[in-house]
Amino acid sequence: MERVPVLSLGDALLVSIQIDLQDNTVLALQEDLAERIVATGARGVLIDISAVDIVDSFIGRMFASIAALSRLLDAETVVVGMRPAVAITLVELGLSLEGVRTALDVERGMKILRALSDHRDLPVTDVAEDLVPVAEGGGPAAGT
Amino acid sequence: MAQADGGRLQILLRSEDKVLRRWVEAAEVPLRGRVTIGELERTCSDLLAVLVEAAGSGLDVRSDAYAGARGFLAELSREWARRGFSPSETASAVFALKEALFAAADEDGGAAAGGGDLATVIESSRWVDALGLVTFESFARAREQVISEQAEQLLELTTPVVKLWEGVVAVPLIGTLDSARTQIVMEKLLQTLVDTGSEHAIIDITGVPAVDTEVAQHLLKTVVAARLMGAECTISGIRPQIAQTIVTLGIEFGDITTKSSLADALLHAMRGTGVEVVRRAGGR
Repeated sequence: MERVPVLSLGDALLVSIQIDLQDNTVLALQEDLAERIVATGARGVLIDISAVDIVDSFIGRMFASIAALSRLLDAETVVVGMRPAVAITLVELGLSLEGVRTALDVERGMKILRALSDHRDLPVTDVAEDLVPVAEGGGPAAGT
Repeated sequence: MAQADGGRLQILLRSEDKVLRRWVEAAEVPLRGRVTIGELERTCSDLLAVLVEAAGSGLDVRSDAYAGARGFLAELSREWARRGFSPSETASAVFALKEALFAAADEDGGAAAGGGDLATVIESSRWVDALGLVTFESFARAREQVISEQAEQLLELTTPVVKLWEGVVAVPLIGTLDSARTQIVMEKLLQTLVDTGSEHAIIDITGVPAVDTEVAQHLLKTVVAARLMGAECTISGIRPQIAQTIVTLGIEFGDITTKSSLADALLHAMRGTGVEVVRRAGGR
């Protein structure tokens, strides 16, 4: 079975899929990615699918689950270079990949990851403001 | 029964000049002077020559011997259709040949044809009917070809993808949207996003007369597909009536940006790419 290489690039992982995707290839990729994210402490995952021209519902769902998995491990996923035909297929299959960020090419994808990590590296005090708990029952209707 | 080899008919066709003269006379009536006598004569005599030659080898107009005659009739019916003749006018010009043949048979008195007036009439009538059907068929075929060509041109003409700004492309949709058209728009727009590396797309529906649930569904699909590719999609040109229809139908556009005019959408897209439009102090 062919394995998709996972490359480390700064604090991000780059996965460039250049082969026809089989179900077990994608499953192996998911395992590899999980291990590599933990091993390298990567903050972002970039999946380049510009060479992929056929997807099915299973592979579409795997993209979503890879994204969910990365988020659990504190890494953002950006899928880049999706072809029009692939995008149309996924939409027709009803897979809108909620929670997955997308970009036109690798360069733009890296920009998104950089912006995300800049945002996350804000001083602790600034972040703390966002964490003020919402007043109980919040909302004007709750005036008892 | 009539002879299958068309012997009787050939005898009638032997007096070609007489048949031709009668044919032109009879054909002229339904055409009401829309073709000059000279032209009609030329057409009829050319056609008759081809037919006489073909009739020599039988009466089956589907046979190979009639390939030339069928081609002539097809060309004639295409040409006349282009000049605005109705199919019945073209066909009646061909059916006029029947009159000429009947008259010839009448004159002949059945003597030369070896008797059997009725058989001769039936034989020639069948033959001319088959020829008339050929013209009708080619007329319909020519029409269908024109219609399918125009439909194709319409698809191509009405879906241009234009670049409005660096990284901003737009599709001004005009006319009724159906599944086939939306599919083409969708593919073209997404391909342009890839080709130009644009991050913003605007779908302008100012020229769309009505939006129903199906059209809205197609628009939403396009927007989601563009998002999957990493581009932001805005829908603009929503007229008041359309907005009312959309609300009445309960169509949910979710978090998709909608603007009332293309200008607003362009401004929104430009702001997204970090461009700010400023009016100069001294400007008009």
